[in-house]
Amino acid sequence: MDFSFDLPHLLPLIWALVIAFGVAMYVVLDGFDLGIGILFPFVPNDRDRDRMMASVAPVWDGNETWLVLGGASLFGAFPQAYAQLLPAFYLPLALFLFALIFRGISFEFRARSERSPPLWNAAFACGSTIAAFSQGLVLGAFVEGAGASTEASTPFSWLSPFSVMVGLGLVCGYALLGATWLILKTEGLLQAWCDRAAKRLLIGVLVFIGIVSLWTPFAEPEIAARWFSWPRIAYLSPVPILTGVLALALWRALAAGRERAPFLYSIALILLAYIGLGVSLWPYAVPREMTIWQAAAGPMTQGFLLIGVAVMIPLILIYTAYTYRVFRGKVREEDTYH
Amino acid sequence: MEFDAVLLSRIQFGFTLAFHILFPTLTIGLGLLLVFVEAQWLRTRDEAWRTLWRFWIRIFALAFGMGVVSGVVLSFEFGMNFSRFSAATGEVLGPLLGYEVMTAFFLEAGFLGIMLFGWKLVGDRLHFMATCMVAVGTSISAFWILAANSWMHTPAGFELVDGVFKPVDWVAVIFNPSFPYRFLHMTLASWMTASFVMAGVCALLILRGRTDESLREGFRLALLTAAIVSPAQIFVGDMSGLAVREYQPIKLAAIEAVWETEGAVPFHIFTWPDMEAEENRFSISIPYGASLITTHDPEGVIQGLKSVPPEDRPYVPLVFFSFRIMVGIGFALLGLAMWGVWLRRKGRLFEAKLFQRACVAAMPLGFVATIMGWITAEAGRQPWVVQGLMRTKDAASDLAPESVATSLLLFFVVYNLLLGTFLYFLWHLIRRGPDTEPEPNRAPEDEQPRLASWHGADGS
Ligand code: HDD
Ligand code: HEM
Ligand code: HEM
Repeated sequence: MDFSFDLPHLLPLIWALVIAFGVAMYVVLDGFDLGIGILFPFVPNDRDRDRMMASVAPVWDGNETWLVLGGASLFGAFPQAYAQLLPAFYLPLALFLFALIFRGISFEFRARSERSPPLWNAAFACGSTIAAFSQGLVLGAFVEGAGASTEASTPFSWLSPFSVMVGLGLVCGYALLGATWLILKTEGLLQAWCDRAAKRLLIGVLVFIGIVSLWTPFAEPEIAARWFSWPRIAYLSPVPILTGVLALALWRALAAGRERAPFLYSIALILLAYIGLGVSLWPYAVPREMTIWQAAAGPMTQGFLLIGVAVMIPLILIYTAYTYRVFRGKVREEDTYH
Repeated sequence: MEFDAVLLSRIQFGFTLAFHILFPTLTIGLGLLLVFVEAQWLRTRDEAWRTLWRFWIRIFALAFGMGVVSGVVLSFEFGMNFSRFSAATGEVLGPLLGYEVMTAFFLEAGFLGIMLFGWKLVGDRLHFMATCMVAVGTSISAFWILAANSWMHTPAGFELVDGVFKPVDWVAVIFNPSFPYRFLHMTLASWMTASFVMAGVCALLILRGRTDESLREGFRLALLTAAIVSPAQIFVGDMSGLAVREYQPIKLAAIEAVWETEGAVPFHIFTWPDMEAEENRFSISIPYGASLITTHDPEGVIQGLKSVPPEDRPYVPLVFFSFRIMVGIGFALLGLAMWGVWLRRKGRLFEAKLFQRACVAAMPLGFVATIMGWITAEAGRQPWVVQGLMRTKDAASDLAPESVATSLLLFFVVYNLLLGTFLYFLWHLIRRGPDTEPEPNRAPEDEQPRLASWHGADGS
């Protein structure tokens, strides 16, 4: 890798980081929204479900907007990758979009519905779970390189044991985020329930992280070379070690009944897994076919959009933080939605 | 016609867009009206305005939710179904959509929570600011998306390098020639549609015997807005037409069903444009009409469809009729608005049953005109996706037709179900009407309102 600091070289690099940041925001924020939907069918009663929904009703739309930002940024900053990847994952993406429709619409419809909350409970739960799963399918297929334009690609190239595995892993990870969010936002029986759920989910997440981290290098020699070659292994080894440390800290925080720490630790855990994936993918926009420089739009486009990012993203972060502040604290018994 | 992936993608894109636009049309307009209503409440402290606000925020929230979920679909459909278009235009259109997300979607989404659930938590002033932010956000959103769409009609500020559009001048890209008219026209369409919806709902409840002060205020406000916006819309529509004549003459020829390039062209009230024979049948026309309207000169020359080869012409009947429906509705609604002004001056607004029934009947018309307007604009651009530079058939992704057929079928089923459910809940909200009691558990002014409840402004 040569680091010449000219604009056409630097801008795609910055943009890769901006998109990585946007997606990370999405994963964390919509992650706990979706996680709540995944846990939805399993909590003890309908009053709990009301509270769960109330805990995210004022913020879920903003959380989902990070996804739209990711999509639009990819379209603008890396149009060649956008045009290559989206048709390749047509079916799982369509599944994802339908799931998001049902998830999103349940917030209004469930609150309005007097006679059939079970229907909208189901729509919310299925929508969230399928959205998380299909996201994982796309992610897994993307890592595997199913987005490449080979002769052999079919409408189902994205379907493989690996992508299914990542799908399940993501469902588990989001559920963990959801459970720890609820520990923060609720009290009493529901909180205790989430505490127990979070412990089980943590074990699940660790299993999936383990499987995926072993599978990727063995499936892709190039990735193995990246992780296990000297001196990289020296500065990458903190990633797995840190994962272990975080998992332990999370477990102890759960056991100690702490309220805020589990959520923060789960975020860190998920982000670490995300960074690990990023290392495996670098520097590709379409794995092993198109680097970020090959996929990039010209400096005129990337520069213009970057100005917007530099001005707007800090503002967005400020008022998003303000919104969370307004709705801070526990969701109380009577604080159901509508 | 062969149902290949291109055609299926086009049908899907047109269908999902037409579905989406129904909701922004309502939310952009209602957003503005809600700002008026809340401002009135802050000014007068008359409970009627607050009751009206709480009634309409429920409808707004319902429509907003539909707008969000159907909009997210669209931002992915560009790449999924029109990947060659995305690869070619991404460097120009991508940043416009990126700015839309950063300046509009986050703003709307960020403050919507406070607008819906936060009145008691943040107090009157900040809440009013949130309402304004959401309303402004919806209009900023229209700004960027119309800049992007107008660029496809009147591309500017770019150079073509190996089939890829490269921006060279962002101001020229954004403020492309048709953009100002089309942004204004769409914004006015939203205000007009929403004000007739509000008028219709209030009229319906008044007809059903409700005498709430809030409904009367709402009826007056909506009719006043309609009376201001409707004439403006016809004026702006005319300017749009002049811009079409200048930059997309073949679209204009299709709108007016003009085959030969000539002057003193009649305006066809009705005709059947025969694409095979290249002539009109069964015409009912006003002499000099089309020339007068589109050139502001009875002898003005209009370029005819025959000036380009058949494969460069849009499907004329679609453009011709959709345009006439839009314009017909425009004048009908103008008439209704003027009737309202007259009744109000006579002080008979609340007794005139016939007028109130007409308002109820007019509720869907704004949506119909909006969809028809988009069909005029989009179908009239065919066969181009970027006017004169890229053809629609070269824009689509290389997908298996089965994949697109599956998603199209699902969209058709799911969207119809959603629309049905939306209308069902909407009907329930309307039938219930504004609350008759003042808001039940309003916190005393001096009490710190932190965490009182997230019940939502509607407190139900
Ligand atoms: C004239 C207005 C207009 C037009 C032509 C469009 N939209 Fe739209 N859109 C809006 C006006 C709007 C809005 C008023 O801003 C919405 C409706 C309700 C809402 O939540 O925001 C919205 C929502 C909305 C959202 C969800 C935003 C969120 O999460 O808050 C997305 C991703 C899109 N749109 C994307 C699109 C795309 C890709 C379009 C065209 C191809 C499009 N819209 C046409
Ligand atoms: C929201 C209101 C809109 C409606 C109702 C609408 C309607 C339509 C319709 C009916 C078609 C199919 C035309 C045909 O194939 O004959 C179409 C095509 C298309 N429109 Fe629009 N449109 C809207 C806004 C937009 C916007 C804002 C954009 C882009 C920024 C856009 C981009 C396109 C593209 C890329 C196609 C596909 C190519 C094509 O089939 O022509 N449209 N639209
Ligand atoms: C009565 C006078 C009207 C005239 C002369 C008029 C004219 C036009 C013209 C020429 C276009 C095509 C613009 C283009 O392709 O670039 C258009 C599009 C459109 N019209 Fe109208 N219109 C009128 C009324 C209305 C009304 C009442 C509504 C809705 C309430 C409406 C909504 C629209 C929309 C949404 C579009 C597509 C967006 C655009 O291209 O600007 N119009 N109109």
